[in-house]
Amino acid sequence: MNNASSSSFDEMHEADGTVRAAYRGYCQWFEEQPADLLRRKNTEAEAFFRRTGITFNVYGNEDAEERLIPFDMVPRIITAHQWRRLSRGIEQRVRALNAFLHDLYHRQEIVRAGRLPARLLEKNPAFLPQMVGFTPPGGVYTHIVGIDLVRTGEDDFMVLEDNARTPSGVSYMLENRETMMAMFPELFTRVRVREVSDYPRRLARSLAGCLPPAAKGNQPVVAVLTPGIYNSAYFEHAFLADQMGAELVEGSDLRIENGRIAMRTTRGYTPIDVLYRRVDDEFLDPLTFNADSMLGVSGIMDVYRAGGITIANAPGTGIADDKAIYSFMPEIVEFYTGEKPILPNVPTWRCSEPDSLKYVLEHLSELVVKEVHGSGGYGMLIGPTSTKKEIAAFAAKLAARPHNYIAQPTLSLSTVPILGRGGLAPRHVDLRPFVLMSPGAIDITPGGLTRVALKKGSLVVNSSQGGGTKDSWVLDD
Amino acid sequence: MLGRSANGIFWLFRNLERAENTARLVEAGFRMALTRDARDASDEWRSVIVTLGLRPLYEAKFGNEYVGTNVINFVLRDRDNPGHVLAMCELARTNARMVRAGITREVWESVNDSWLKLRELLARPVTETRLGAVIDTVRRQSTQVRGAMEGTMLRNEIYNFARIGSFIERADNTARILDVKYYVLLPSISYVGSSLDNVQWENVLRSLAGERAYRWLNAGRMDARGIAEFLILDERFPRSLAFCYGKLRSNLAHLARDYGEETTAHDILRQVDSNLQSLSIEGIFEQGLHEFIGQFITRNTRLAQQIQRDYRFTE
Repeated sequence: MNNASSSSFDEMHEADGTVRAAYRGYCQWFEEQPADLLRRKNTEAEAFFRRTGITFNVYGNEDAEERLIPFDMVPRIITAHQWRRLSRGIEQRVRALNAFLHDLYHRQEIVRAGRLPARLLEKNPAFLPQMVGFTPPGGVYTHIVGIDLVRTGEDDFMVLEDNARTPSGVSYMLENRETMMAMFPELFTRVRVREVSDYPRRLARSLAGCLPPAAKGNQPVVAVLTPGIYNSAYFEHAFLADQMGAELVEGSDLRIENGRIAMRTTRGYTPIDVLYRRVDDEFLDPLTFNADSMLGVSGIMDVYRAGGITIANAPGTGIADDKAIYSFMPEIVEFYTGEKPILPNVPTWRCSEPDSLKYVLEHLSELVVKEVHGSGGYGMLIGPTSTKKEIAAFAAKLAARPHNYIAQPTLSLSTVPILGRGGLAPRHVDLRPFVLMSPGAIDITPGGLTRVALKKGSLVVNSSQGGGTKDSWVLDD
Repeated sequence: MLGRSANGIFWLFRNLERAENTARLVEAGFRMALTRDARDASDEWRSVIVTLGLRPLYEAKFGNEYVGTNVINFVLRDRDNPGHVLAMCELARTNARMVRAGITREVWESVNDSWLKLRELLARPVTETRLGAVIDTVRRQSTQVRGAMEGTMLRNEIYNFARIGSFIERADNTARILDVKYYVLLPSISYVGSSLDNVQWENVLRSLAGERAYRWLNAGRMDARGIAEFLILDERFPRSLAFCYGKLRSNLAHLARDYGEETTAHDILRQVDSNLQSLSIEGIFEQGLHEFIGQFITRNTRLAQQIQRDYRFTE
């Protein structure tokens, strides 16, 4: 457990060095390329990213420039066969999530049945009382979901996290593919890879499939709500609005007119049917939630509940991202689908339970401990790479507020090589497939975003913590 | 489109236009200063600063001393001057990011690229030796943005707001150069035929990238009346007031067709425009060149404000 790298599953090579089936076509091509060509292309790609403005801002770093998320040119490849199994598992999980959310905000059968402790919902800021008894248009809570997967063996994929709030990163998935196709067009004639580029079109269609009762006219009006150009994911907001042909709005563009949320256009105020918001729940409506918020619209929750607009994702879906809730996902999947989960969870200790807490405190140096509400790799402890002092400090925090934490074993995440100075070198990866949900269908884009820890041996793939990304391929049959 | 986006695109193109014109003004000043003795050169630099409306700021920092490298750096990159050229490019880029969904990838990339290059060039003080390279970059980049726009943007309201921003700004710049240099063009005061006049006139033309066009049209004949007429009334010259208003007329007409109605801005436009179309250069001189230009600048500003109101740029 402590030495993650040596025991990790290498996705490209078998133990004896032979290339696995998924990578055969790619490796043949790779062998034929002069090494310096690929390195030159790396520089080219970086210039390309800067010019196109694919950057993100790092929180807590005042005058940090817009940074690039490092892009690695070796693709992460998944076979058609593996993908079929993964998609089934993802679809099952997303269906369960959506049914779970509906139940939480209605009869709470799962609590009544004793399968989920009620205390997980009490005083949980992600659970919104304003959503109780309300069903979003089309019954869809999670229009867009990102399921974070990790792999530890040939067939061992596990769900590390669910992102039902506002998953980001899809623009990198799309731009990474564009970059690869621009850099190595001939590679794509040799290896058949499933297309991802129609994601924005599918997103637009999926959103337009969830019109609110008040929507009129045959041309649904979809808008993307962004906190503004200083938000770390602004590039993605603009990118998706552009690709969908939707307006990119800010809170200051919006107001309520005749029971609808309307945007100030050069012709006057136009009602919006579907708002794809990239603003967190707490900032969405200053009247209902955070009164200081400049990012949302006062009164939008009332309009929403009266059927004047669709908000995607629905407010209150963040409860599903809660890591204590996560630990119950196997039960949740079974409860709503009547099936065993196809994709298992990572084993998780709930520190709120005394026995688990005791175990976790005794084994901190081997475990990864996360905040229940945290995200982005902030506020977590990675035992094996932490100093004694850091562990002691964390133990104190943990003992003081055990219910705020869960712990997981330090997984030996699978590796895929990156192209470094000295050639190919294995690095740990995860995968975030993107899932679209509309009343009629669940639509999973083949592949997703592969995040890669660029530092040798590191298990932290978050871009805010120095991770990079790779193009993710699902092979065509 | 969103009112905020219309505002963003309008200012994106105003800032790009202003950056380009400012750079050109510095270039003309530099050229002029090269050919003069120290005192005249310093007068020339002062007039660049005055044209840009930067005199109080500049003198707060440097007093009454107008030295070439000081002026150049003050205009191009000095933080004590909030309207330096790099800041304009940065503002243009910020606006472009804000309206990213309304412009094409080509336009965005050329704006972004322009800022990246200029930021690098202006990271350290500009010497007289490096000035050429900097000015050249500004000019080339704005050409590139214009080209990207012409070649890739839909001819819809977004395009029209962009163009309106460009031409309002350009008309303003031309008028301001004329406003500072009007006395050079007054037939009664000028020393007719002296070589000083020729140099001064040429400088006015150069500041507006019009020296070659003017010579080509007038077979090398230089006179104040002809130059004033060229810069104000000649509809063939892309930086003349008449040209800018011809374009504004057609962009605003496009919006009126698109929106099914005219607005107050259309009335203001008609006033200025009919003035430009009916007046002869003699008439302008009679009325007083200085007064004419002053009035033009005021009306041009009013038109810009009215457009921002009529099309709900802000709340």
